[in-house]
Amino acid sequence: MSTTITNHNRFHPLKFALWLGIASMIMLFAALTSAYIIRKAQGNWVDFRMPAIFWFDTVVIIISSITMQWTVRAFRRFQVNACKIALTITLLLGIIFLIGQYRGWSAMEEMGIYINGNPSGSFVYVISGVHAAHIVGGLVIMLSLLLKMVTSTFNPNRLVRVELMSTYWHFVDVLWIYLFIFFQINIF
Amino acid sequence: MSDPVINPPLNPVYTGDTTHRQDSTGEIHDHGHHEHHKDNFITKYIFSQDHKMIAKQFLITGMFWALVGGMLSVIFRVQLGFPNQAFPILETIFGKWAPGGIISPDFYYMLITMHGTILVFFVLTAGLSGTFANLLIPLQIGARDMASPFLNMLSYWFFFMASVVMLASFFLPQGASDVGWTAYPPLSAVHEASPGSGAGMDFWLIGMALFIFSSLLGGLNYITTVLNLRTKGMSMSKMPLTIWALLITAVLGLLSFPVLLGAAILLIFDRTIGTSFYLDNIFINGHALPNDGGNAILYQHLFWFLGHPEVYIVILPAFGLVSEVLATNARKPIFGYRAMILSLLAIAIIAFVVWAHHMFVTGLNPFVASVFVFLTLLVAVPSAIKVFNWIATVWQGNIKFAPAMLFAIGFVSMFISGGLTGIFLGNSALDIELHDTYFVVAHFHIVMGISAFFGMFAGVYHWFPKMYGRLMNNTLGYIHFWVTMVGAYMIFWPMHYMGLAGVPRRYYSFDAFQSFNMFGGLNEFITMAAMLVFFAQLLFLINFFYSIFYGRKLTNENPWQSNTLEWTTPIKTGHGNWPGDLPTVYRWPYDYSKNGDEYIPQTTPLREGETGGH
Repeated sequence: MSTTITNHNRFHPLKFALWLGIASMIMLFAALTSAYIIRKAQGNWVDFRMPAIFWFDTVVIIISSITMQWTVRAFRRFQVNACKIALTITLLLGIIFLIGQYRGWSAMEEMGIYINGNPSGSFVYVISGVHAAHIVGGLVIMLSLLLKMVTSTFNPNRLVRVELMSTYWHFVDVLWIYLFIFFQINIF
Repeated sequence: MSDPVINPPLNPVYTGDTTHRQDSTGEIHDHGHHEHHKDNFITKYIFSQDHKMIAKQFLITGMFWALVGGMLSVIFRVQLGFPNQAFPILETIFGKWAPGGIISPDFYYMLITMHGTILVFFVLTAGLSGTFANLLIPLQIGARDMASPFLNMLSYWFFFMASVVMLASFFLPQGASDVGWTAYPPLSAVHEASPGSGAGMDFWLIGMALFIFSSLLGGLNYITTVLNLRTKGMSMSKMPLTIWALLITAVLGLLSFPVLLGAAILLIFDRTIGTSFYLDNIFINGHALPNDGGNAILYQHLFWFLGHPEVYIVILPAFGLVSEVLATNARKPIFGYRAMILSLLAIAIIAFVVWAHHMFVTGLNPFVASVFVFLTLLVAVPSAIKVFNWIATVWQGNIKFAPAMLFAIGFVSMFISGGLTGIFLGNSALDIELHDTYFVVAHFHIVMGISAFFGMFAGVYHWFPKMYGRLMNNTLGYIHFWVTMVGAYMIFWPMHYMGLAGVPRRYYSFDAFQSFNMFGGLNEFITMAAMLVFFAQLLFLINFFYSIFYGRKLTNENPWQSNTLEWTTPIKTGHGNWPGDLPTVYRWPYDYSKNGDEYIPQTTPLREGETGGH
């Protein structure tokens, strides 16, 4: 039995806590998507195609994951400016994603799929909305991280924070890809 | 992973009894000015980040809610025991809610709804897990504090905000939520469905959302702390069962509360935006609602996917506390340590696959129901293992009947009584007869409500000296125990007979049912017993608060001669818990009456030739 403190701490406690948080977020979306499946099985279900803008958004968020990874790499190599640029691009891509989601919802309304209409549309609005709320939360933390980087001198100890940020961002990225594929498969 | 050169050391760094430690980002603050940092009133008692203070905050808030929740039950028991009898004092106190001194039906439904919500979530989840996870996890695993004291503080304050919102809902013009603690749609989804379906339900949802957030933050911290911050030598197989139970409870909460949040999100959209997740063809006051295509049963699936793990979230911490108290006071090692852990794990896993046994009469496919019957009855196996082990632990022990020990033994009694009726209810065929009768009320109050309360009382009596450095009064403790023990059976035992006769739960009065007239006297008896038990709890409150200030002072840091690490800290435990280095653990926590020693603390090295553990 390994019994030294260092062994127990190989994994940073906060990173571990973030993974636990991710587990609980997975449960939230698992609940919502299983509710979708159960409800769909009962019929009275309006089929529609996801607006094309959601494809664009999927690409945007995948790119933002790449730039997030670039941020972490730059940080590890003490490339301060590259790090700031990469994080700024990630932030902007996140905002573009949100705008894209909003336009996607508008496109759905133009198609006559309203949030208070048939549950097939309501589920898309609500699930993508809850996902967007997770993006907003991530962007707020990303902004505070960026402001710290810009206003104060480079502090290598902040690596943990950057890594936490990137884990979370990759998670919401993968989560969107899952939801997007789920909608594509299930909507009709 | 990360580069070790630029990553700071990952375990909190402490020097002496000053509190230099990592902040939430992993940065270490070790600057000179922290040396002279003194806690002021606000940082010490209000926005404290010390896990022991947060535990006390959870406990006292939980006690407040237990008092409120208990009071509500006494008030609605008055209606059930003495229907149509006027008590003018009720009108004096509650005004329009009790016109002519008789509780109005709307008020009655508000009372039962809030009684359930408060007791299940605010007392037996936040009050129980919140208190003992915070108090015991760092102390029993040998950590300075939680992994993130800041998140821990936030966890309490989210709970506090949830409490404020829930309390405020009582003072709304239309009253608090009155749709039942399970908040089933359509009652909970349509504003006009009942007085409490409007603003009361909004407050309920906001309060519950805050509460869920609080328990998620707490749970994250508990799990991370247990898995990452154990002291040298404290392997998982040397952890006290309290820690195992609290760890597994936290995992359950972390995985099940988000599902309730999902259900609540859909409910909120139904209420505000006009979506139709749960609503279909609803007519209200003679006109049809536009909602079409929803499914109310969907909510039940989502709710009970949390709801069933939730009852284990309530009971598992009590399992842990009771195991610890029984072994310590029987002066015997816990019987079947590994079996205890495995049965905890088994219960936690089964918890996620039994939810539909709450829904046998919702039109569930009988084949599916039979699967859930099987899975539900499986819970009896690990539960029976635990009961057997508790009895084997005290068997032929040198039992010290401290109040904590009495409550622990009472817990085992209650858990058996309530668990047996669970086997009745787990059968889908019997459930057709018993569903929503007083049999169910009796079952879950005994197995979950009273049992969990007994575990909590055992914990409070046992760890009070650790919390306040003083002892509680034993005589008051004994009176409290016996009145509660006998009284609780007096309340709930007769309900089994009523339930078997078909008396439905949640009804305001039984005037319209001649067949239930025969239970009039029994209902009166139950109400009197409920009042008696309620007043016995006041004795406990008096004992608790009196002892904080005037209890007998502790002279010995280990008053129960216990093995676990929390009793190696000084009587007045500072922030950081141990004044010097963290203790090193050499043995499991249950070396009682071993080789002629009555107890051997975990910090005692193994003697030559001695084998550690089980």
